[in-house]
Amino acid sequence: MTLAIILTIIIIASVAFHFLNPWTLTELASNWASMDAMLHISFAVTGLVFVAVSAFMVLAIVRYRHRPGHKAEFSPDNRRLEWWLLGLTTLGIIALLAPGLVVYYDFIRTPEDSMEVEVVGEQWRFSYRYPGEDGTFGTSDVRLVSSDNPLGLDPDDPAGHDDIIVVGGDLRLPVDQPVKVLMRAKDVLHNFFVPQFRAKMDMVPGMVTHFWFTPTSTGEFEVICAQHCGVGHYNMRGSVRVMEPEAFDEWLQAQPTFGDMLAELEDREEEDPQIARGRTIADQEGCFACHSVDGSRRVGPTWLNLYGSEVTLVDDTTVIADEAYIRRSITDPRAELTQGFPPAMPAYDFEDDVMDALVAYIRSLAQDSPDETEETAPDHASPEPDDQALRR
Amino acid sequence: MAYVASADSHAHHEPRSFVTRYIWSQDHKVIAIQYSLTAIAVGLVALVLSGLMRIQLGFPDTDIVDASSYYQFMTLHGMIMVIYLLTALFLGGFGNYLIPLMVGARDMVFPYLNMLSYWFYLLSVVVLMASFFVPGGPTGAGWTLYPPQAITGGTPGADWGIITMLVSLAIFIVAATAGGLNYVTTVLQARTRGMTLMRMPLTVWGIFIASIMALLAFPALFVAAVMMILDSLLGTSFFMPAVIAMGQQLPHEGGSPLLFQHLFWFFGHPEVYIVALPAFGLVSDLISTHARKNIFGYHMMVWAIVIIGGLSFFVWAHHMYVSGMNLSFGFFFAISTLIIAVPTAIKVYNWILTLWKGDIHLTVPMLFAIGFILTFVVGGLTGLFLGNVVVDIPLADTYFVVAHFHMVMGVAPILVVFGAIYHWFPKITGRMMNDTLGHLHFWITFLGTYAIYFPMHYLGILGMPRRYYAYEDYEFIPQSAHDLNTFITVMALLVGFAQVLFLWNMFWSALRGREAGPNPWNATSLEWQTPETPPKHGNWGETLPEVYRWAYDYNVPGAPRDFIPQNQPHDEPQPSDPASGHAREKPS
Repeated sequence: MTLAIILTIIIIASVAFHFLNPWTLTELASNWASMDAMLHISFAVTGLVFVAVSAFMVLAIVRYRHRPGHKAEFSPDNRRLEWWLLGLTTLGIIALLAPGLVVYYDFIRTPEDSMEVEVVGEQWRFSYRYPGEDGTFGTSDVRLVSSDNPLGLDPDDPAGHDDIIVVGGDLRLPVDQPVKVLMRAKDVLHNFFVPQFRAKMDMVPGMVTHFWFTPTSTGEFEVICAQHCGVGHYNMRGSVRVMEPEAFDEWLQAQPTFGDMLAELEDREEEDPQIARGRTIADQEGCFACHSVDGSRRVGPTWLNLYGSEVTLVDDTTVIADEAYIRRSITDPRAELTQGFPPAMPAYDFEDDVMDALVAYIRSLAQDSPDETEETAPDHASPEPDDQALRR
Repeated sequence: MAYVASADSHAHHEPRSFVTRYIWSQDHKVIAIQYSLTAIAVGLVALVLSGLMRIQLGFPDTDIVDASSYYQFMTLHGMIMVIYLLTALFLGGFGNYLIPLMVGARDMVFPYLNMLSYWFYLLSVVVLMASFFVPGGPTGAGWTLYPPQAITGGTPGADWGIITMLVSLAIFIVAATAGGLNYVTTVLQARTRGMTLMRMPLTVWGIFIASIMALLAFPALFVAAVMMILDSLLGTSFFMPAVIAMGQQLPHEGGSPLLFQHLFWFFGHPEVYIVALPAFGLVSDLISTHARKNIFGYHMMVWAIVIIGGLSFFVWAHHMYVSGMNLSFGFFFAISTLIIAVPTAIKVYNWILTLWKGDIHLTVPMLFAIGFILTFVVGGLTGLFLGNVVVDIPLADTYFVVAHFHMVMGVAPILVVFGAIYHWFPKITGRMMNDTLGHLHFWITFLGTYAIYFPMHYLGILGMPRRYYAYEDYEFIPQSAHDLNTFITVMALLVGFAQVLFLWNMFWSALRGREAGPNPWNATSLEWQTPETPPKHGNWGETLPEVYRWAYDYNVPGAPRDFIPQNQPHDEPQPSDPASGHAREKPS
């Protein structure tokens, strides 16, 4: 009897929990109300079955529990009953499946008037591309990816010159405009998921995947990665801003195109060769996978304005990110770990000249970057007496 | 009729030394115990790993587990539970112990191969555990081991850990193949006189079909493992397209990550049923025995097992609805997936219809069986959400999925494992397990797991993604969801520690338990009719038993007792054997 009572409580509590618990769908912000409807239909049908089956079981336990003198009835089969149950179950399944497939048919047919936007996943961030005025994406190849060409666009393809690349920023979309999201990945599988939009799809290196939705409310939404992509998976996030169409157009107009970026590169002439070498090394060694140079947060701290700043370590002590600290962080990254970042960085053992170039580059990224002289920034007097000796 | 006449006269040499009896044993019962104890031991490792993960999720400020370790624990937890615990325990443990006894054979038909199977299994476990000690630790790729991530630098254990994992899997597959061939051949060739296929207990049916499935499904995993080893060590490009990983251009070109997913799930979905079908079989026999009633709709139950086994090879890509595969596949796989729900539902109906008008003894095995039904119903019904492609799209890769598969193929089969151990323990050791400890173990495990996984579905509805080390600063995740995570962790630790009750009960009862006698549950099937308990080497003494009826003659009208053993002849006028004497077709 205890069992029957507890099972009854479980059944009632489960149903009550379904209606009363605070963890429910996020507020829908896309056209996929039909997906929510299907979810609710599924809850209704399966909820009924759950209650019916488990209540029947409880009834059986109560009525046919063992008592002295009680005997079971010998009844191997009841073909009629079995066929009835088979038929009813099949009907229930069809009731779930048929409307589901109708909605799915919508999902796989992208509307003709969709605007296209590309999302590129990499460990561990999202980047975006718009096709520009010609409405066509330029060709791209992961082999062309470098720090100057983060999405690997083909510089020789004229269709790509008006493409607009957003690295380290938000994806912006006009409200009520169907969007076809084309997706690539540079390294491993990722997934573009905005819970409020419902629809999601994996990004797969070596191919272009896609899905579509229409954002229906303006505002800012979190983008998360929903496909395990390595140690930084849980921290791979982005942001979508759904805007009024006019504001969106205005913003888009103001963005530099890939062509502009190429032109800017040409101008990067009179730069210190040591800094340029540092950038190349950082690129080759894969530093940019975890350290941004534009202030955005990745697995490791950004290098923008890192030099000379005050860094809080995991043990709550602080340290000035001077040259010695940066060198130590490269050779023994876990010794003085910055607070809020995982101990993900491997230790590097670089030749002295490589290290010098890297440090010069990181130093050049600080705004009040001291020029290439021997002085330390005036307000950060070196805490270590042998600091000067370490340099050169 | 697959009766092996030679089995009667064939002299079984009794092993003489301790080593040949208990270590290099070829006796299916000893091998079964070796398999089971190894599986339980490695399962405990996985249980501890899950506890550590839950501490991180429930109490993220504790800093006991870092991100790399979290992903490594997660991967090992999943892989161990699915492959090294459940598959090994159901096939190598229960299959080994019960098949020969239930079909009336003296042993497996290939005893030496059977021994090899265990030792390969043990080797695979050793290699797997070794991955904790290789440079970089075990792989953190998730139990699905998806490339490119599994073998590129951003994942823990991408150098050594993944290789030890794949090698261990390959060795396991050798073990499973040796075992599987044995189980299938034994069922087909070594049944005793009178044991027709349609008189076999459903336990044997479940394990038999699962073994066939294992023989067909594991090769796909084997191939995938070999290819990934080649990609990783020799730089081939089966699964690796051109990628730039951690800023480095890798020298791969032209491979397909989706190919791996298809191979993996071509194995992986049948694997779900390789675990589930033996559980279905075992629980059917628990319910029938302890409800003192024949299993309802035996023929339908057998056909449901066969049909589920067959269909499960046609549904694999429902794990890949949002993988980027051709979207039209969604139609086919949604339909095939929901069709498989029909025979599965039939099984549930038949279990509860077996209870109906029964004489239900709420013994510990029966409690676990009933706990299984409720858990499986929830897990099965949420499967309808995830199989229905358009409902899956928002829920894929969220905690809804985690809750679903833990209920349907984690908790549900484990409840059957527990029930089955409480049920067959008296045959294996000759002693009963302690009832009070058993009740306590049941209630904590059943209520605890329900409290863990039922609310967890709703975190998935909310959109909380799975495989996250931490959920800091996500706006769409309210504080209450973090609180729920803490609650789930507390329950998980409670359930984890409660398993000590079970282990203690098992070891204590093996030595000090009450004497059980040959047939404490008054069960009909052959394993309870052995001349000795525990059965000796060769199982049956001088002559093999002969079978006259199906395994479910409980409370047959007119019979003197409420059960008639399968080997009891029709020596007095009584209702004929329902499995063979029914008005409809005569089973062969």
